[in-house]
Amino acid sequence: MSATAPHSSEEYIKHHLTNLTYGQHADGHWGFAHGAGDLAEMGFWSINVDSMLFSIGLGVLFLWAFRKAARTATAGVPGGWQNFVEWVVEFIDDSVRGSFSGKNPLIAPLAMTIFIWVFLMNFMDLIAVDWLPSLAGLMGVGHLKIVPSTDPNITFGLSLTVFAMVLYYSVKMKGVGGFIGELTLMPFQSDNKIVQLLFMPINFLLEGVTLIAKPVSLSLRLFGNMYAGEMIFILIALMYSGGIALGAFGGLLQLGWAIFHILIITLQAFIFMTLTIVYLDMASQAHH
Amino acid sequence: MNFNATLIGQSITFLVFVWFCMKFVWPPIMAALEERKGKIAEGLAAADRGRHEQELAQKKATETLHEAKQQAGEIINRAEKRGSEIIDEARAEAVEEADRIKAAAAAEMEQEVNRAREALRGQVVSIATAGAGRILKRELDASANDELLKDLVARI
Repeated sequence: MSATAPHSSEEYIKHHLTNLTYGQHADGHWGFAHGAGDLAEMGFWSINVDSMLFSIGLGVLFLWAFRKAARTATAGVPGGWQNFVEWVVEFIDDSVRGSFSGKNPLIAPLAMTIFIWVFLMNFMDLIAVDWLPSLAGLMGVGHLKIVPSTDPNITFGLSLTVFAMVLYYSVKMKGVGGFIGELTLMPFQSDNKIVQLLFMPINFLLEGVTLIAKPVSLSLRLFGNMYAGEMIFILIALMYSGGIALGAFGGLLQLGWAIFHILIITLQAFIFMTLTIVYLDMASQAHH
Repeated sequence: MNFNATLIGQSITFLVFVWFCMKFVWPPIMAALEERKGKIAEGLAAADRGRHEQELAQKKATETLHEAKQQAGEIINRAEKRGSEIIDEARAEAVEEADRIKAAAAAEMEQEVNRAREALRGQVVSIATAGAGRILKRELDASANDELLKDLVARI
């Protein structure tokens, strides 16, 4: 249990689901939030320090490790790490070749960044829920959420960036007119000009929803899965305070859930990557 | 859900990471993979070429061996023929030589016989003369009996 010593289960759960947020308090000074009230008064211009820290840290770890392999990459006999990196690169390259029909040098590196980064962020879920927050508590940090992908800011940050790329490539490949046409001239079509004009708002509504659904579903799927997984880990962790028998049962459950979770974190990272490729492929194609 | 500036921070971080990955991570690895692909293709082609060359060399070696065997056979044949020729020649020569030697020996023998006969004849005459002298107890006048002696010698 952390240094702020939550007393009830409810407090314990709430504590584990609160980010370490830095922002401007109502009285004007900057500092960490200490409760829901603080969060409300900080508004949008505050930042989840823990999410950003772990997210950037894991991203840097990924890029550093892969850069190391890339710098010493040789066409001769590859070393162990280079072998692994090459395996990942070929896997990503295959996925991109399979789903993306055009030629775009951005797609494959983008897909790899998403896959490895999201995987690493999800992987933090497998670290026992109390370890790092307790350590942070000992160092005087009140809240710490170590799984960045359980923070909707992180997942939406990813998906909205992907969405921006979708919009960019839609306009770039089809032109502004082509993109607007795609949004308004389908799926209902008519040869009668007036009827077609009437169909336009309906089409726009339908296609607009489809378009908006892409980033929202992309981020909510990842967030939902990770948040739920984290929640189950927290609930299992609660059992440890319920006596030896319940604690042992909890340990068994945690082991089982962690093993199952390995599948989920990989799968979610893969889904995020694949859908990104597919969305960008749809955006890059001239015909719907 | 509580949205704040983390959203923007994450987006910027994301873009920077993707840029870095696109610039410094992906291309060198892909280049290494492509290079290795090329090397493997080259190696396979070289292996094929080598195998082909080896086949050709083997074929050539077999041909050369065959030719050499044929040549050796010819040489042996020729040598055998020449050998028998030499033997025949030598035999003929030897026979000739033998004949010549035999003839020479025969001639010499005849000569010797004749000479011996002549000598013997002379001796016989002198013996006969001596014998006759003894019988007659006197010295025969050789010249007086010359006619008689010549007749005797011719008879011997």
